[in-house]
Amino acid sequence: MSDTRPTRVRPGHQEETPDDRGGSRMIGAMTSDSGQPGVRTAAVRRPGDTIFRTLTTGAGLAIVFAIALIGIFLLIKAVPSLLADKENFLTSANFVTLDPNNLMFGIRDLLIVTVLCSLVALVIAMPVSLGIALFLTQYAPARLSRPFAYIVDLLAAVPSIVYGLWGILVLGPALEPFETWLNATFGWFPLFAKGNIPLAGAGTIFTVGVVLAVMLLPIITSVTREVFRQTPVMQIEGALALGATKWEVIRTTVLPFGRSGYIAASMLGLGRALGETVAVLLILHASPTPSTGSLFDGGYTFASKIASAASEFSQPLPTGAYIAAGLVLFVLTFVVNAVARSIAGGKAAK
Amino acid sequence: MTTTESTLDRPASPPAFQPVSGSRKFKNTAATALVTLAFLVALVPLVWLLITVIARGYQALLSADWWTHSLKGVLPKDFEGGAYHAIIGTLLQTLVCAVIAVPVGVLAAVYLVEYGRGRLARVTTFMVDILSGVPSIVAALFIFALWIGTIGLGQSAFAVSLALVLLMLPVVVRSTEEMLRLVPQELREASYALGVPKWKTIMRIVLPTALSGVVTGVMLAMARVMGETAPVLVLVGYSKSINFNIFDGNMTSLPLLIYNELNNPNPAGQQRVWGAALTLILLIMLFNLVAALVSRFSAIKTK
Amino acid sequence: MKRHGVALGIMAAGALLLTACGSDNNSATGGSSNTSSTSAAPKVDCSGKKTLKASGSTAQKNAMDLFVKAYNDACDGNDVNYTANGSGAGVSDFTGKQTDFAGSDSALDPKKGEPDKAAAACGSPAWDLPVVFGPITLVYNVKGVSDLNLDAATAAKIFDGEIKTWNDAAIKKLNPSATLPSTAISVVYRSDQSGTTDNFQQYLTSAGGWTKGAGKTFNGGVGSGASGNPAVATSLGQTDGGIAYVEWSFAQANKLNIASIVTTAGGTPVKVSADSVGKAIASAAFKNPSGNDLSLDLSSIHKTTATGAYPLLLATYEIVCSKYADPATGKAVKAFLSTAITAGQADLATNGYAPLPDSLKAKLTTAIDAIS
Repeated sequence: MSDTRPTRVRPGHQEETPDDRGGSRMIGAMTSDSGQPGVRTAAVRRPGDTIFRTLTTGAGLAIVFAIALIGIFLLIKAVPSLLADKENFLTSANFVTLDPNNLMFGIRDLLIVTVLCSLVALVIAMPVSLGIALFLTQYAPARLSRPFAYIVDLLAAVPSIVYGLWGILVLGPALEPFETWLNATFGWFPLFAKGNIPLAGAGTIFTVGVVLAVMLLPIITSVTREVFRQTPVMQIEGALALGATKWEVIRTTVLPFGRSGYIAASMLGLGRALGETVAVLLILHASPTPSTGSLFDGGYTFASKIASAASEFSQPLPTGAYIAAGLVLFVLTFVVNAVARSIAGGKAAK
Repeated sequence: MTTTESTLDRPASPPAFQPVSGSRKFKNTAATALVTLAFLVALVPLVWLLITVIARGYQALLSADWWTHSLKGVLPKDFEGGAYHAIIGTLLQTLVCAVIAVPVGVLAAVYLVEYGRGRLARVTTFMVDILSGVPSIVAALFIFALWIGTIGLGQSAFAVSLALVLLMLPVVVRSTEEMLRLVPQELREASYALGVPKWKTIMRIVLPTALSGVVTGVMLAMARVMGETAPVLVLVGYSKSINFNIFDGNMTSLPLLIYNELNNPNPAGQQRVWGAALTLILLIMLFNLVAALVSRFSAIKTK
Repeated sequence: MKRHGVALGIMAAGALLLTACGSDNNSATGGSSNTSSTSAAPKVDCSGKKTLKASGSTAQKNAMDLFVKAYNDACDGNDVNYTANGSGAGVSDFTGKQTDFAGSDSALDPKKGEPDKAAAACGSPAWDLPVVFGPITLVYNVKGVSDLNLDAATAAKIFDGEIKTWNDAAIKKLNPSATLPSTAISVVYRSDQSGTTDNFQQYLTSAGGWTKGAGKTFNGGVGSGASGNPAVATSLGQTDGGIAYVEWSFAQANKLNIASIVTTAGGTPVKVSADSVGKAIASAAFKNPSGNDLSLDLSSIHKTTATGAYPLLLATYEIVCSKYADPATGKAVKAFLSTAITAGQADLATNGYAPLPDSLKAKLTTAIDAIS
């Protein structure tokens, strides 16, 4: 069965597709003096190939270099403050940086709020985007699919500050009755218990999660639908010929084909959710008490905490405290992506 | 007796078209309903958002001054002037960012798909994921420390473009990479078999085949960076006048205009906020439209 | 290739058209007629640097717009670009030589070494000139209450959580004729670092016995925070039983109920107005009574004994070099500030600020004349 799968190019997995291996060997034979025995080579190393190869490798290296620089910058700024921190960085819920000689800051609450916001956003956005991508590629009439796709892409056109404004002015008040009902009915469950801010205006993690989900939809949908569209027609028709219903066709051909693209798109979306600054800053109310782990809490995410204080960065040690928060976000993104890659990569290698 | 009759009455071979069992039919209908529901669910916030923005902002866009005048000399209460300086600023900053980010991003994606084997490729692809998670404020502070702190050049629109490059790159790389992977290997091998060098294959055959998806990815990335507020807060100053120089002087962009006018409590300020938001959405829609047309006309027919 | 050429040509033509059709020329038709009558302002020397760069406090941004307009009128072709990125950023930009002057909600802080850093950047001492005064208002959203009197001590207890309901005895004492419901008090504070919070907490400390300390972060420990004046005003409107502190202009624009303040002088509660704020400013004392660095001793305003003076206000400073390394910059700064304190004062009251009283104006004029 796997032979009929279209050969997809994957680095590092040459053993999967023998043709790929043979192909590159032939390229080697043609464009480099690889000295294959018994093969008459043109023996000219084309300069175009070398230049191009250097260019592309350089572009890849530039990205690695940029990340390394960002990491170094974060470390340089954050380490002095971390060393001067009087409280445990990972478990303290305070963030008091007014006195440079008496820094007391910790990221426990920031971590909880960021993780909860992003989880809510993903839990809402991932299934909905999957549905939309399937709708656009499999269910919608062909002529309407493009305009519909354009409409969904419009969601990406809205700037994040407008999402923030819409969140506090329109969505928050509208979600408030729903959140009150959730709290009243499911309050026994820790996620829906009473938060550390009043529900008036609904400036809670839940609202932020919903707005983030709306922001993520176009990102995940667009990449996923492009991938779904490329499902080989042969496979779909084969499944149909075997008498599968539409859903069974999708389940057996489109979804497995597009799974890695879908996961990649979701990772892009997750990155966006973790790093979203202005919308979260505007919507999420701050709370004077530590986080309780409820979806109806307020607080700051890593990004909004930095942004709320960015205008007052004047001394190195307090600034470093915020940068340390940025460093944790950086590390968090590393961890999340490593986990996701091992899940998606592991499955794809089967 | 009955059994022999039914055996004789039954057809010799089972009919070609069996009726679909109840549970399969149910699952199919349920799937269709869910998928359509998902699409409608996506439409709800979109329509709601657009209605909010249009209702609050359309009045600003109706005046011709909005598109041709800046805000120089306009008082907070006046319904005067326009957003020309901000529109120009946004376009300039995004264009400069795209000029840097698109080639680097596409080349990096090409590297990952066509050349990357082994350690460096795995590290690079991992780094792209990390870059997508860097918040805009951290990217802005990084460029501040690098461009303005270390290298010593002043605040300018070019610094903003650099920060935007960091934000645009991962989206461009990821979507281009996915599109390139979808190009059938047979196409490449046919080209190699004809003696076409690898670089030419990529430039003339692989990339054009993937072009529509690449362009979609680039447009999505540009849409994201056009609306970024954090870099413009930190890296460039606000100005009410027109400025075409990206290396010197303050330059306003639409997100910066929105952010500043938020602190203007007057109705004129509110109108400018929503007007600028609507302008930004219209600009991006325009870009998307152009991109869709470009990819439609220049795509190679593969089917 | 030809197809791409045509597309590129169209794009280039479009770009040229776009760059050619913009205009900076906005004639303010609607603006007030007062600006022309107060152009009996002293003649300023417009020969300095054409475009000044400044940044800092968001609280004075709207006032800056008015001043810049007056400056544009007085000196054709001269301009000031002001970026409202926050007082802290304004001071760092100034000490980092990125800007020509800074707008800040507090004077340069010796504890942070700011006067020294500024003097090093300028090559001469830096002066704090208080030019813009914005009243801070206590706004509330309580059903059935449209008039409320508060004093500093009660406000301090509300904002740190000691007083929890609206029908508390302390509030009743100040408002004998109002029907106060038993709704819980919901405090809304500024979650971003803000000079408004700093000034408010300083007021509560000097006049109200607030023990939680001042600073740009709210230390009260109760309520919920929203980012920026507009978000606080919105949140207050959505919260029944809410109380918050916002700049006067936001209270006016969002039509929020403003509390009157019973001052240290006693007597009738003072409503906020340009007059009442002006009386408070006039009674201000300076940290250095002689000399041109006019940073204010704010407790003299907070504990004012003048009758009818509204004590809760935000004093924002323009931080300038006393002697600029580039004489053209010095001339331009001088010209701008001179226009600001004369012609620029015209529309301040309708925009939520208080115009300068004459006594302070005189001191400022002396200081500005001494800038070079």
